[in-house]
Parts: sequence; structure tokens; C-alpha cells
Amino acid sequence: MSDLPDHSITARDVNLWYGKFQALRDVTLNIKHGLITSLIGPSGCGKTTLLRCFNRVNERYGYVTTKGEIHLLGKNIYDPDVSLIELRKSVGMVFQRPNPLPLSIYENVVFGLRVHAEGEALRRSALDEAVEKALTEVNLWHDLKDRLDHKAIGLQLEQQQKLCIARLLPLKPEIILMDEPCSALDVEGTAAIEELMFSLKGRYTLVIVTHNMAQARRASDECIFMLLGKMIEHSRTEDLFLAPSDPKTAEYIEGRYG
Amino acid sequence: MNALPASSRFTETPAVRRKLRQEALAKWIFCAMAAAMVVPLLLIVGYLVVRAAPSLNLEFLLEVPKRGMTEGGIWPALIGTLYLVFISLAVSAPIGILAAVYLNEYARDNWFNRVINLAVINLAGVPSIVHALFGLGAFVYAARFGYSIISASLTLAIMTLPVIIASTREALASVPRSFREACWNVGATRWQTIKAIVLPNSISGILTGVILQVSRAAGETAPVMFTGVVFFKSVERGDLLPYYLNEQCMALSMHLYTISTQVPGVQPSIPFATAVVLLALVVIVNATAISLRVYLRSRKKW
Ligand SMILES: Nc1ncnc2c1ncn2[C@@H]1O[C@H](COP(=O)(O)OP(=O)(O)O)[C@@H](O)[C@H]1O
Ligand SMILES: [Mg+2]
Repeated sequence: MSDLPDHSITARDVNLWYGKFQALRDVTLNIKHGLITSLIGPSGCGKTTLLRCFNRVNERYGYVTTKGEIHLLGKNIYDPDVSLIELRKSVGMVFQRPNPLPLSIYENVVFGLRVHAEGEALRRSALDEAVEKALTEVNLWHDLKDRLDHKAIGLQLEQQQKLCIARLLPLKPEIILMDEPCSALDVEGTAAIEELMFSLKGRYTLVIVTHNMAQARRASDECIFMLLGKMIEHSRTEDLFLAPSDPKTAEYIEGRYG
Repeated sequence: MNALPASSRFTETPAVRRKLRQEALAKWIFCAMAAAMVVPLLLIVGYLVVRAAPSLNLEFLLEVPKRGMTEGGIWPALIGTLYLVFISLAVSAPIGILAAVYLNEYARDNWFNRVINLAVINLAGVPSIVHALFGLGAFVYAARFGYSIISASLTLAIMTLPVIIASTREALASVPRSFREACWNVGATRWQTIKAIVLPNSISGILTGVILQVSRAAGETAPVMFTGVVFFKSVERGDLLPYYLNEQCMALSMHLYTISTQVPGVQPSIPFATAVVLLALVVIVNATAISLRVYLRSRKKW
């Protein structure tokens, strides 16, 4: 049962509790396919929590209860027949601190394939091809092609973050979630990641959490403002910043709190 | 507001001098206490080596005890200890490591796992003489292994198990959470995560924990004395496979006890030399553990 086909993510009345603490309250939203949507709001408002609902990683903590429906590409991911392994394969996530695995650059990129693929897809030539393709897509191929066997941990932060994005690509994800992907990076790193986001847009649906309003404004097509676990406003980024319809949004973007 | 001439500003006042004196005194007291640790160690080792000197040679290691254990070497005890240590760790290391992986990587916080945790902690606190009694009841009588190397090794295994579990869990917990999250987020199962990331990055800590248990297993007397170690067993000089597993054997710790207290007229350097061998065994094993850890640590960086 998919509603509008141009929505990648639709959430209906999502409520989430960490033990007794309610972190999300009746969140309902539609995130459009192929766009960059940013989630903004003061820290602690539940942005990360909401993002982590989209690939059900929250459930790794035993004490989390989730209610409501989240449809990704028309399928309710809380249906009992959903395999978390398949879900996470098509919904990739990038974290605040780049977290390359303690392996070589090459092995980082093919890690997903090694986890999921079998037989033919694990031939050396297929892996080589996947590495070149993914690293080219994140603009790292040129810099790193001669040292693919080096440890990924030794890269600069910006390269590490790009590598973390590249690591998702061989699995052909449909949605990429990014949780404050630039907050550990300097100005140039931030610009590079934003540029990369633009180049990925269209092929992938990107949802980014940011506490940097200027970044949300620069880099996103649509913007969602959250406060205390509720979704307050969701509209095109220009509209949200120029003509917020909710007074709380207006106060936040003016910097009255945050 | 300040009447002091500029030249005497920021100089030491009597109050400052008093604080500095206290500071120096405190530092010396702490330093002396730390140094006091070294003294007994040096005294013990020095005393043992000096008293043992006449007997310290290769012959002593390879020779069997002679003339009612008053002369000769320690070969049967040395090889017996190696048997016991090796078999007990061959049992407790795999069980302990796998249990720790379960507890650290899979177990959720429910009553069942809390009971397991509690059991591990309490088992680690059980005195070795109690383990000895348990081993006697469980392995020697109930399981009908009799007084044998098997019974003694299993008793030592039970004794070392909780510590191996604890040290392995610590090693596993030191692998950063972000690595695990990175794996989950590409859809890796827990087992794939453990195999590809967690174990390779904690193996140094795990091995160190296991190796350190060698010294404990080698040094304990009570658990093996109750379950499978005798004070004399006739063995060929230098024989590498002198015992069957269903037989009793000799062990260094027990041998040291016997020749120091039970047998009259032992050549005076022999008990000391036995102690030195036991100590050297432990030191060598610990040094191996430390260098292994340093080596494996130097290869990983994050
Ligand atoms: N693992 C957790 N356990 C308990 N409470 C949590 C956990 N993660 C987040 N919270 C709480 O949920 C609320 C929302 O957190 P989060 O989603 O991280 O906010 P944001 O990313 O917007 O800063 C916060 O009040 C936080 O304290
Ligand atoms: Mg957050």
C-alpha cells in the first residue's frame, strides 16, 4: 500500500520511548524521493532518534518501544515479515564522527558486499570494480587509488567521512541517512561533503540531521523542524526560513533558543 | 589598593613556602610506598636464587627425584604441571571465550543473563580449597574420573573459567561501539560483526587474559592435591609423555610442599631450586603475555 509514489519515507503517528521517556510524539511526515531533506531542531529534540527509526537501529537497545508506521518505498518497515538485514542494506547511515572500520580502505568499501553478497559477486574483479565505482562516486578514487591497502583509520577526517559514504554505495541503497555528517569536519571538509550530497541527490534520497541552520538552508531542498519530540513544521527550505508558518519555528530560526 | 613595592610582587611568601614543604613531603611519602613494593620482590627473588644456586642447572630440570626425593631433579613434577596447565586451559579458554562473547555481544539485560553474570562473579570469588573439594566430589567421584590428570585439570579449568570470562569481556568491551554500529548499519548480523571486527580487534586482550591464567593454574596446590596429584610417581628421565590422562601425576607446587615439609634430609638447595623453577615459569609466561600484547597493540591504531 504505497501512497504517493514520489515519497520515499512516510511516517504515520510514530511514537518512541526509551524506557519510560518518550522521545518521539506522533511524528507524521512524508519525505520526497530523490531530494535532500534536512532535520533541524535544538539538541535533544529527537532528530537522531527519528533518523534511527528509519533503519530500525534504535532497536539494538533492548529498552526501546516504537509505535506507529513507517513506510519506506511503500512497505511498512515495522511489518513482521521485514528482515532487518535487508532493510539496512537499502537504508544506509552515516554518523557524526566518521567511523571507518579498522580495516584497509579497500576492505571498508567492500565490507557491505562481503556481508551480503555470495559467489560471483565476491570475485576479485567484481570487488575491484565496486571499489573503483564507489570511490569515484565520492571523489576519492583519484586520491586513494594507489593506497587502497592502507588502513582507513589513517585518512583525514574528511576522507574518512567520504569513505563511510562510499561504504554504503556498493549495496545500492535507496535512502542514505546522515546524522550531523559535517560536525566533526572543518570548513573545507564541510563544503566537500555538501558538494558530495548534491552529486548523490536524485539517485538517492538523502535525509540529513544538522544543528547548523546555515547548512540546512544551503544544502537541503526540504526542511523539517522538530521540537521536544514533535514535528512542528515541514516545508520547502526557502519557505521554512523565509516564511515559517509556526511561531516556534520562527523563534528557533531567529536564534531565540537552541 | 596594593601597598607592596613592585619589585616584591609574585615572590614567595611564608605561606607559599609552607605549602611547598608539604607538597615535597607528600611526594616523598607516596614515592617511598611505591618503592616499598619492589623491595620484597627483590628480596624474595634474591634469597631464592642464592639459596638455590648449587642445584640450578639443566640436569636438575631433566633428572627425576632420587633417594626418596632427597636428591635428583624435578622432571616428573615439571612435566606434570605442564600437563595440568595445558589441559585445563584447553578446556577453560574456549568455553570462557565463547561464554564471554555471548555475554558481551548477544545477551540482553534480562533475569537469565543477570543470573549468569552473578554466577561468574561469585565463582571468581570462591577460594581454591573449595574448588578442590568440588572437584573431588564432581570429577573424582560423581563423574568417576578417579584421582587423575583429567579430574585435576577440570578442577583447575573451573577455577580459571570465571577470570577468563571476565578478562575476555573486558577485551571485547574495549572495541569501540562505533565499529559495531558501522557494521549493523550495512546490515551485518551480530556474528558477522564479531567475526570481522570484534574478535580481530580484541584478540590481544583475550590472549593476555588467558595466558595470565597459566600462572594461576601452575601455582595452585589445593585443587590438584585433592583431585589427581600425588607426591611421587616414577617416570623416565626427560620422558615427554610420561603420563596417561587417567593416571595421577606429580606437579611442581605439590612437589615443593612435599620436599619442604614432608621428607626429612632433603638436600637444602633443592626446595629453593624448585621454587625458582616455578617462579621462572610464571615470569616467562607473564612476559610472553605482555610482549604479545605489546606486539598486537602496536599493529592496531584507532
Ligand atoms: N539511547 C538512549 N537512551 C535513553 N535516552 C536517549 C537515548 N538516546 C537519546 N535519548 C534521549 O532522547 C532524546 C532525543 O535524543 P536525540 O534523538 O539524540 O536528540 P537530537 O539528535 O535531536 O539531539 C534526548 O532527550 C535524549 O536524552
Ligand atoms: Mg543527535
